[in-house]
Amino acid sequence: MQFDVLILGAGIVGSACALECARAGMKVGIVEPNVPANGASAAGMGHIVVMDDSPAQLALSRYGRELWQQMRQALPATVEYEQCGTLWVAADEEEMQEVHAKQRTYASVGVETEILDAQALEHAEPQLRKGLAGGLRVPGDGVIYPPAAARFFLDEAIRLGATLLRGVLPVAAAQGRVKLQDGSGLSAGAIVIATGVNTSLVPWITVQPRKGHLVITDRYPGFVRHQLVELGYLKSAHKLTADSVAFNVQPRQTGQLLIGSSRQYSDAVPDVDAAILRRMLDRASEYLPRISELSAIRVWTGFRAATPDKLPLIGPTPDRSVFLAMGFEGLGITNAPGAARLVGDYLLGREPAIDRTPFLPGRALKQAEAMRA
Amino acid sequence: MSMRWDVLIVGAGPAGMAAAVAASRGRLRVAVLDDNAAAGGQIWRRGLGETAEPAKQKMLHAFKECGAVLLAGRRVVQAPEPGVLEAWCDETNVLERYHYDRLILATGARERFLPFPGWTLPGVMGAGGLQALVRGGYDVRGKRVVVAGTGPLLMAVAAHLKHDGAKVVAICEQASMARMLPFAAQLAKKPSKILQAVALGANLRGVSYKTGCWPVAAIGNGRLQHVELTDGRRRWTEQCDLLACGFHLVPNLELPLLFGCRVENDAVAVNAMQQTSVAGVYCAGEPTGIAGVDAALLQGEIAGLAAAGNTGGAEKLVARSKAERAFGEAMTSAFRLRDEVLRLCDANTIVCRCEDVSYGSLKALADEKNNWTDAKLLTRCGMGPCQGRVCGPAVEALFGWKNASVRPPVFPVPIAAFITEPQSEFDNQQALQEMQ
Repeated sequence: MQFDVLILGAGIVGSACALECARAGMKVGIVEPNVPANGASAAGMGHIVVMDDSPAQLALSRYGRELWQQMRQALPATVEYEQCGTLWVAADEEEMQEVHAKQRTYASVGVETEILDAQALEHAEPQLRKGLAGGLRVPGDGVIYPPAAARFFLDEAIRLGATLLRGVLPVAAAQGRVKLQDGSGLSAGAIVIATGVNTSLVPWITVQPRKGHLVITDRYPGFVRHQLVELGYLKSAHKLTADSVAFNVQPRQTGQLLIGSSRQYSDAVPDVDAAILRRMLDRASEYLPRISELSAIRVWTGFRAATPDKLPLIGPTPDRSVFLAMGFEGLGITNAPGAARLVGDYLLGREPAIDRTPFLPGRALKQAEAMRA
Repeated sequence: MSMRWDVLIVGAGPAGMAAAVAASRGRLRVAVLDDNAAAGGQIWRRGLGETAEPAKQKMLHAFKECGAVLLAGRRVVQAPEPGVLEAWCDETNVLERYHYDRLILATGARERFLPFPGWTLPGVMGAGGLQALVRGGYDVRGKRVVVAGTGPLLMAVAAHLKHDGAKVVAICEQASMARMLPFAAQLAKKPSKILQAVALGANLRGVSYKTGCWPVAAIGNGRLQHVELTDGRRRWTEQCDLLACGFHLVPNLELPLLFGCRVENDAVAVNAMQQTSVAGVYCAGEPTGIAGVDAALLQGEIAGLAAAGNTGGAEKLVARSKAERAFGEAMTSAFRLRDEVLRLCDANTIVCRCEDVSYGSLKALADEKNNWTDAKLLTRCGMGPCQGRVCGPAVEALFGWKNASVRPPVFPVPIAAFITEPQSEFDNQQALQEMQ
């Protein structure tokens, strides 16, 4: 079969890319060996958040959030989009200084925020323990249920003529050809690899699986109102080697709470790790003391696709027919629509809305060469 | 000092108690975990309207005297490594850790519910669930009750409700008389079962027992007022206050799956010694195939003897156990669901109550060749607090989607269970002292 573009991987990023290309009138094929959106898209929280850990990430996540907000009316109810806002919680005065710095960063790119003092924080989230210093509210952030969003993108792409090739495993992708495990092949003008943590088709890039744990509770409507994240989260998220936990709790539209987060590089098995789960929930109960009384109905793990420099790989490769859209770490949900636009921009020769050079996959090749040298 | 139980049994119903009694004959350290407050399981649940069945009284007495320790009010949550399981104790709010050499899973069965329009109305209840409520003190005196569904439980429940003062309007059994005849022939070979049937029949004198008849819809304004019934040719309504509904039993497979036991034909695969595919793990009673209390008692005894190393003693029971299994197979065949009861839902009928998932949304996914993983991911069917215990068997019957894996926690537990270190030997020692 001949396609204009073949998307490998039907997670939220691949599905968003498929929809972008189908909207542009391309003949699109999507190859998914498993259940669509069954990887990180199913395992993650679904937090749509502007992150300011680097200027490039700030630009991409701000762009992604804006695109989510624009399509909000078109999303089906199953996506459960809730613009609950993020509340970055400052434990002490030192973290309160960071709140001010963070506000300035957000203001520089036009992201609205609001500083809460201790009293305002208590009023906003009465379940938080007393004695916290304050926080930064980012009202434009939100939460979604990612598998439903990914499937919506996929179904829309199919409605516009895209073909889903389900249950087939690609084993090689080069020069406009995708070889499948059964020996057959597919051809396309362009190939977009969106296989998340799986780098078997592009072994020259470095994407490390970064294991995370999540717990979901029974329904407790109103227990928390914002996605609550400790300000120390970035410190935790940026440790490149050691296992870490951070307080990160999300209210679902159903009244359930999602409780995170943990980050482990060393652990490649999907089993629940009792020791880190204990640390993670202990951390959550430091901020929300009564959370320990709530009923947990499920615990699971997933793997984030982490790149060495914390930025995703979006764009062309030395093989001019092959493009990447992978390595999104914990921000694949937020960044999927922006990444899909950038991929579309490359394929259609459009001018991108943001600087796309920081995401060029070539840097991973250079890193790999540097490591070999 | 660390202590291990020689034989740890999960479930204190007939199979678990029989296993404990048999294993304790070998002077072994035996403990039984159960999530209820007392031994007896679902079938011999204690409370109001208890019957003085001789088999039950005999077993409860033997269990009390055998020296095994009953650890009641414990729900098994996870099995972190071979030879270890962890259970949540509601009374103490502690996650307890148990070490064992051999494990016997006697986790019983639960009722299967099938969705139909109106089944979520207040007043529509599980047949066994209503019986348990009545034993707990729920007053049914003067209430008009229709008992519907399939399986021998319907008659037992109806007899109990009638005894407690309910007006049982009708018992509607979906299986046809023709289907049930071979099962009746099996019954006729067993004097004890004939006695049970005669006793039930005597209690149910004056109650209409209709075969080949099933509910189509429960109707009412905010609560049940009528049930619409059919025999496949005509439809009629019965006015009633309660509809006790159950479609036979399905094995509780969560723990066998957690421990990695092989499941075949919807039941745990065991050899003649009740040994599962996992070394040191035995399974007895309904999880190995629905076959009733006599089968459970025998299988429990075999498992208990085998786990205690007395295979000679166990082998003597194998022939009788096989006969009971044949009885179970005849029963399963007699009460097989007819196609019509799998076509009762309309698009808006709720299938998963925890997550408000409608039949229509699942049907649309099934029609597009999606599997159970897709359905769970996209609708969250079976992912609420009951963890699919209610809708799982219905979804399997309706769409053929099987739940093949279990993730801890097997039961919902407070977050605290994961924060504190599990307590182990101290409690076991204390239990041992109580035992001595």
